Amino acid sequence: MVTGIPSSPEELSHLAWRAAAQVVDPEIPVLTIVDLGVLRGIDVKHGRVEVTITPTYSGCPAMNVIALEIEAALRRAGIAEVSIRTVLSPAWTTDWLTEDGRRKLREFGIAPPKPGGGRRLLFGQETVACPRCGSADTHLLSQFGSTPCKALWRCGACQEPFDYFKCH
Amino acid sequence: MSLTTTSIKIAQTPIVLYVLRRADDALILGHRLSEWCGHAPMLEEDMALSNIGLDLIGQARLLYTYVAELEGAGRDEDSYAYLRDAPQYRNLLLVEQPNGDFAMTIVRQFFYSAFADPYWRAMTASKDATLAAIAAKAEKESAYHLRHASEWVIRLGDGTEESQARAQAAVDELWAFTGELFEADEAERELIKEAVAVDPASLRGAWSKMMGAVIREATLKAPSSSWMQTGGRGGRHSEHLGHLLSELQYLQRTYPGARW
Repeated sequence: MVTGIPSSPEELSHLAWRAAAQVVDPEIPVLTIVDLGVLRGIDVKHGRVEVTITPTYSGCPAMNVIALEIEAALRRAGIAEVSIRTVLSPAWTTDWLTEDGRRKLREFGIAPPKPGGGRRLLFGQETVACPRCGSADTHLLSQFGSTPCKALWRCGACQEPFDYFKCH
Repeated sequence: MSLTTTSIKIAQTPIVLYVLRRADDALILGHRLSEWCGHAPMLEEDMALSNIGLDLIGQARLLYTYVAELEGAGRDEDSYAYLRDAPQYRNLLLVEQPNGDFAMTIVRQFFYSAFADPYWRAMTASKDATLAAIAAKAEKESAYHLRHASEWVIRLGDGTEESQARAQAAVDELWAFTGELFEADEAERELIKEAVAVDPASLRGAWSKMMGAVIREATLKAPSSSWMQTGGRGGRHSEHLGHLLSELQYLQRTYPGARW
């Protein structure tokens, strides 16, 4: 039983943020939606909480799950009146991944995207450090990996295949 | 949502029709690519084609959702995908062409992506904030699609005798569908004037340059024929679209209003 739901909008907003910030990406469970930069804001109006998120990729199936999880997390925190708003602009970019998020990705075995990446890098030669041994002797196996956001690479030094979070 | 198999009637305003065309291109090509799932020549390509298909269907969802907002008739993205018949679809004839062999799929993807990539990039400057935001996502995705398709066109063309013959056959077969990429009608030209829409004709140079460079590197030949097939934007489709829709719409037409 949850008791003591704050009545002031500021406190309610903080409570809602703390609850939403626990939600993780279902496909990369080491990253929270704050690490990803998907959670954009919380608005409180007349006791109702509106959570604003922004989609990562146009067709990312994780977005539906994330929206459901946010609603569930807020309800668990005792907040019943919840709505989720999806905003497209400004468009999400991998540059919004936090430093903490990049470190967690590396520890999870996924090479993080380069900050400031994007088109310029896309058509040039990318160098990606192996998240396991740190070697730069790595090769692209396939531009499209296990999820829309990842490419498949292999390390020439430790011979391990690994995922690379693509720049977007 | 009412239980009906009756096809919906769409508001004939320029902006609605304009956004629908872009959505239809993305949905139909995305559906075609999804047909490769589990059948591609190798696992990496199975994942690549499915991933690209997913990106395109995602773009279609955002665009259909915007159409629903513009129409304000209480519809959602699914209404447009499932409750319109072939003549109501306004996609390019290119994207509805059957997958054929792997070379045919790759060349179709290359012709479309070499257009979509500069198109979405130009669209990021649209005065319509929603279209600009959708374009900001789509242009990054289409850049990956273009790179993937270009690399394969080169590999197939400059590959074995067999792969070159198949790639050349695909180029020859699909060439007549590329003229439609650059078409715009009266209504669309109004939106172009208002800087809401992108003028497709302005991208012909960029497309030809990209196409020419890749075709050359692939040791293939661009056909000299200038006769172009047209009709998709007006709802006059090849026989292939009806077959595609019968599969795409099967569930909603059989069990109207069914939900997950």
